[in-house]
Amino acid sequence: MDVISNLLKIISDFVAELIRSIFGFSPFLAELITMGLAAVVLATFAALSFMGLTYVERKVVARIQDRIGPNQAGPFGLLQPIADGIKMFTKEDTTPAAADRWVYNLAPLVIAVFALTTYAVLPFAPGVVGTNLNVGVFFILAIGSGSIIAILMAGWGSNNKYALLGAFRTVAQLVGYEVPMLLNLLPVVMLTGSMSLIDIVNHQTTLDGNPGIPHIIYLPLSALVFLISGVAETGRSPFDLLEAESEIVAGFHTEYSGMKFALFFLGEYVNALAVSFVFATLFLGGYAGPILPPYIWLLLKAALVFFVLMWLRGTLPRVRIDQMHNLNWKFLVPMSIVNLVLVMLALKLFPASAAAQAASGGVLVSPGAQAVILMLINLAVLLVSLSLVGRAARRLRMQEEALLAQRRAANMAMARA
Amino acid sequence: MLTAQDLNLSQASKPAFTPEDVQLDITLEQLKRLVSPRAFTGETMLLNMGPQHPSTHGVLRLLLELDGETIVNCIPDIGYLHTGIEKTAESKPFIKAIPLTDRTDYLAPMSNNLAFCGAVEKLVGIEVPLRAQYLRVILMELTRMNSHLVWLGTHALDIGAMSVFLYAMREREMILDVYEAVSGARMMSSYIRPGGLWRDVPNSFYDLVRKILDVFPARLLEYEKLLTHNPMWKDRTVGVGKISAEDAIAWGLTGPSLRGSGVNYDVRKAQPYSSYDHFDFSVPLGSNGDVYDRFMCRMEEFHQSLKIIRQALDRLPPGPVMTDDRKVAPPPKHEIAYSMESLIHHFKLWTEGFRAPEGEVYFAVESGKGEYGVLISGDGSPKPRRVHFRAPSFYNLQALPQMSQGYLIADLVGIIGSIDIVLGDVDR
Repeated sequence: MDVISNLLKIISDFVAELIRSIFGFSPFLAELITMGLAAVVLATFAALSFMGLTYVERKVVARIQDRIGPNQAGPFGLLQPIADGIKMFTKEDTTPAAADRWVYNLAPLVIAVFALTTYAVLPFAPGVVGTNLNVGVFFILAIGSGSIIAILMAGWGSNNKYALLGAFRTVAQLVGYEVPMLLNLLPVVMLTGSMSLIDIVNHQTTLDGNPGIPHIIYLPLSALVFLISGVAETGRSPFDLLEAESEIVAGFHTEYSGMKFALFFLGEYVNALAVSFVFATLFLGGYAGPILPPYIWLLLKAALVFFVLMWLRGTLPRVRIDQMHNLNWKFLVPMSIVNLVLVMLALKLFPASAAAQAASGGVLVSPGAQAVILMLINLAVLLVSLSLVGRAARRLRMQEEALLAQRRAANMAMARA
Repeated sequence: MLTAQDLNLSQASKPAFTPEDVQLDITLEQLKRLVSPRAFTGETMLLNMGPQHPSTHGVLRLLLELDGETIVNCIPDIGYLHTGIEKTAESKPFIKAIPLTDRTDYLAPMSNNLAFCGAVEKLVGIEVPLRAQYLRVILMELTRMNSHLVWLGTHALDIGAMSVFLYAMREREMILDVYEAVSGARMMSSYIRPGGLWRDVPNSFYDLVRKILDVFPARLLEYEKLLTHNPMWKDRTVGVGKISAEDAIAWGLTGPSLRGSGVNYDVRKAQPYSSYDHFDFSVPLGSNGDVYDRFMCRMEEFHQSLKIIRQALDRLPPGPVMTDDRKVAPPPKHEIAYSMESLIHHFKLWTEGFRAPEGEVYFAVESGKGEYGVLISGDGSPKPRRVHFRAPSFYNLQALPQMSQGYLIADLVGIIGSIDIVLGDVDR
């Protein structure tokens, strides 16, 4: 049992030992090589999961839409991603004559690199993490905004009006949705007292390694807003304005073909998967879970989140750019700020550890009681904001209707006269 | 730093672009009337949307003048699908022109057939048997549903709801099955002929239509759940692409695009044809004239169509489906074997065609997209002197520039969807 659950750790230790003993490298060099290998493995994992995900997404969306989906290449169409890959590799690689060549050709690389880098800080199992950065959460946010640069490069470099429009939209959207994302990561960080993803997972695990209370119970509102802004950050439906094919053809990657296009595609999927992993780690307890090995648990949880993303894609129409910003700045951000402040106060008033109580006073409560208090605060904030928005919308609608009635009455008077 | 003087200078010396640059076959003066002066200073951007674009519903080309993403001016450029159908129809006997009409609005072939045949019947003075009239009504309403289903699917697809498109295509399949059963063709049916129908419906017809009547209400409920009550769908459609009743009439809008603005005009009620006055149905009206109201009008028309089909199917009388006037209706095959007269009729009809008197008639039907009218001018020969199709798509498209001014590109695709155009119908 231990062997299976610690498989990743055992393999990496074995490889490190092997390198040290066979080649006689110094421990530092051996570790460097091992980490290089780990990076390759992680990047390969991300790229492979991209291939798998395209297949799964096509199958799931096909199910939602009452279709069969890919079923020709291999059994159940399983070889479809490989067929797609071959197609992408053999396509002509074009560069528009008027393009800014350097910027144009660099953009796909940049987006792929930024997308893959996120995986460096994800803890897959106890002790199995690319690097245990003590600012892991911060790192994920920083890397996440890196893809904006790549998209802007693509939009500008292509010298195409549609691409430029797509890039405009992207910058506005991605920069905007970082704010609620950050505001809803902070409660988790405050709750845990650390920015390290490992500490965050440990906080959702009991001391003997069993799953504890996941943060989604503590902070349901934060989890919801994080998911929404995560969808917006990765530019997936219903926030897929950056490449809304019915409006601006393909947005920023209109001019790209062949492998460069595939790299954009990869960046998008890997980003979406990264958001799923981060959500699973921050809110669903990460790798903690009974019976099954930890990395399987993490994969299952991430798959669940990714399924929600696919589900949204199959169901919802696309929002318009002004509506997207309204949702962000007029609803998510204020709500998140209020939530943040209330959670902060609650954490000071009802600390769950003796150390925290010693630092700031307040009433010491058990983690369970703290979870209930935070959850109630979250739900209250959500309900109050929803009712406020609902009331404002009703008032607006009534104003509009009154205006319409006025105009109709005027028309009637005109018709009579 | 650019000063106003710089801008004026560049404007005065040389225009930033010419009509050739944007590939319009007009003079510079004409172009200046179409776009705002800001386009010449580079303050606004000219964007070419189409003819190859995912959401222009065919080969519509729009030249957009954009301020950011806001549409300042929208210039539709048509003619990319011109097929010369009207001209070709002049060189064919009436009965051989019917397949041409299938190809104008290819999503509603039966409506076009009926409009053309109705005009011929009016010109020649042919009585159509009641059974044929009722069957025509059933087929007409099925065609309306067919047209609306494609509209619904593509409209939703444009606004980003991808699944609805495939659901609509699934339902359309049932209607195409009916087409196939009656005419043998799934799209280009040519089933309606002057004087009645090509042949009586097969026995499978009744089951196929009953199945549609049974299945459809539940499917409509699905769409309502997905779109009608979806706040996101409402956000995208309510208050977008508004046009007032006066403007809608002035631009010649017809069909749901007109009724969305609250104008109660439906050819089926205004000038009942094919015994539409025998049936009880209502005409749904909107009030705001926005995309959502046009959407709701069409959604409600599904229900009304089902209602009409149910009545017509229940009261379908027995009898012939073709007039017994041998001058216009081909004689049955078995008659030819023993009747010399029938053989002559057969020969005359399929070589020369029947002669129409001199005169001009206009006959209109309410197709899914609006008033589909046919004007035929006869000169006493078996071929028309002139045929003109009053295609609803063409008139509906006219209002697009006014509807889209001041809205965003994202709204534009919704507005194009809401006026429900087919480019085969626009260009003819």
